Amino acid sequence: MPQTVFAPWEDPGEKPLIQFRNVTKKFGDFTAIANIDLDIYGQEFFALLGPSGCGKTTLMRMLAGFEKPTSGQILLGGEDIVDTPPNKRPVNMMFQSYALFPHLSVWDNIAFGLRREGADKATIETRVADMIRLTRLDKFARRKPHQLSGGQRQRVALARSLAKAPKLLLLDEPLGALDRKLREETQFELMDIQEKTGTTFVIVTHDQEEAMTVASRVAVMDEGQLVQVATPDRIYETPNSVYVADFIGDVNIIEGAASQTGDKVLVSWAEGASPLVATTQALLQKDQKCFLAIRPEKITISAEEPEVANKVQGEILDIGYLGNISTYHVKLPTGHVIKASATNTRRIGRRAFTWEDKVWLSWTDTAAIVLER
Amino acid sequence: MRRMSGFNLVSLTFGLAFLYLPMVILVFYSFNASKLVTVWAGFSTKWYGELFRNEAFLDAALVTLKVAVISSTLATVLGTMAAFVLIRLGRFLGRTVFSGMIYAPLVMPDVITGLSLLLLFIGLGVDRGVFTIVLAHTTFCMCYVSVVVSSRLSSFDTSLEEAALDLGCTPWQAFRLVTLPIIAPAVISGWLLAFTLSLDDLVISSFAAGPSSTTLPMKIFSAVRLGVSPEINALSTIMIGIVAFGVVIFSIMSKRATVRQQQEERDAFHG
Repeated sequence: MPQTVFAPWEDPGEKPLIQFRNVTKKFGDFTAIANIDLDIYGQEFFALLGPSGCGKTTLMRMLAGFEKPTSGQILLGGEDIVDTPPNKRPVNMMFQSYALFPHLSVWDNIAFGLRREGADKATIETRVADMIRLTRLDKFARRKPHQLSGGQRQRVALARSLAKAPKLLLLDEPLGALDRKLREETQFELMDIQEKTGTTFVIVTHDQEEAMTVASRVAVMDEGQLVQVATPDRIYETPNSVYVADFIGDVNIIEGAASQTGDKVLVSWAEGASPLVATTQALLQKDQKCFLAIRPEKITISAEEPEVANKVQGEILDIGYLGNISTYHVKLPTGHVIKASATNTRRIGRRAFTWEDKVWLSWTDTAAIVLER
Repeated sequence: MRRMSGFNLVSLTFGLAFLYLPMVILVFYSFNASKLVTVWAGFSTKWYGELFRNEAFLDAALVTLKVAVISSTLATVLGTMAAFVLIRLGRFLGRTVFSGMIYAPLVMPDVITGLSLLLLFIGLGVDRGVFTIVLAHTTFCMCYVSVVVSSRLSSFDTSLEEAALDLGCTPWQAFRLVTLPIIAPAVISGWLLAFTLSLDDLVISSFAAGPSSTTLPMKIFSAVRLGVSPEINALSTIMIGIVAFGVVIFSIMSKRATVRQQQEERDAFHG
């Protein structure tokens, strides 16, 4: 049975759940959000990614209703919600600090929102029981927040924010306080819960791996602007700028000038070195400044000179051993240091290269991405 | 337990004696049968009986209690409101002036506060009585409450309130259901502080009081000027008893709460 790919953003007939239209937010002289347009679709798991201070949290707090945009519109299901107070929005938020009410039990924390809605007792009980089952908190329902571990608190916060079945759930750095192992487990749990409930999730994070793992689409932000909005694989494989390429994963950036244009660009990057070849759809002028972004895993390292489009020789400066892979830092005669990673298929004692070895680095003509900025 | 060194023992004895000897003497002489305060003539409780037949003292005690309850409650409400404005509103025009003015009465001499209130009451043509004492006490107690509450509020995680709003609370509900229960201990201790201050205030009360309204400290003070009577000793002993009782109950309760919380935390850890 053919599986339909979930990609509502590619369907022009699809109506977005959330629309930011020319939204600007200023705090005094400081512009936190600069004229943003963004569509987020129903049932998406949308990640806002960026370094701290890039405006991602402000964007989320505007969705929750805690901040008002200085100008522009925010539409939820086609209606402008700028003037709707937080308690009237079908939006719930999971806070970075979890913000569990310390004087209430787990059960009462989860029931809090339903009680404010005026739901009847039976409804509240069923709904809370459902949430407790969903987040596997059965044993802890009567405990107070201070009697729970970090991971359990995180699940209570999630259960509480999902209890009212919001149209949109906002997650502010939800896994920041968990240790790495638990964080990875919880990422998959989150995706599972998102799928089960069919709720639209918007997550704020500065952890690019987290964004890549959970999200259907990622918006990379910088200084109050959206730099790129795309699926995780496109963000990784076809970043639109050096900023995005550098922010997501490891990358080698080589600056140069286009010496031959067309779909195969020749880039001269250092005096006396033969130009590098890369494929692109961008129309570059002759001698236009450009950047080549090459991921370390797309570079092959070898002792003999290979027969590939791009090859450079250098000396191993450093080796980063990560267990499953090793990253080699290779210094070229031009002064560039190129990172190349290789899977450790053999035991470490039988590693082919070591410090100060002369090696060849090579990559195909489609490996590098040509970036204009 | 470690044995105490001679020096520590002496320090402890002197310290305690310095603090409590006057009170011990007062309690001791309250059970004196003699009318002369400094001459011991055998054990008796007759001065307690005398005290409860003394209408003037009972009236004064009633006035004091009424004033303390009303003014500490008013001061708690106003002080908490002031603390919220100071902590939550961030920087607003005149914030420094406002916070300075809230805290100024803490260091203002009572005589000045009392005098200025007296001038105000005279200027407005208000008849002095219980009402004006309540107003005066509220005024100076409020800043103590606001100090206590604002120190709690400054460490309060505002995302708790945001979470309450997010889950459908109106701002008032968020305050009533989330903020107030969490800061309640600070508000209650603010109230207790205000209550105690109001209970033993003499100077400001003297300025604000009218002929028909005498508080207990004023009564004691004027009585003592005519000579210390064993009745006063008895009255003071009762007051010490009430305060000591309150302190003991309060510390037992808070000790129990701590123990229970530690127990719960242990259970959570092993359970």
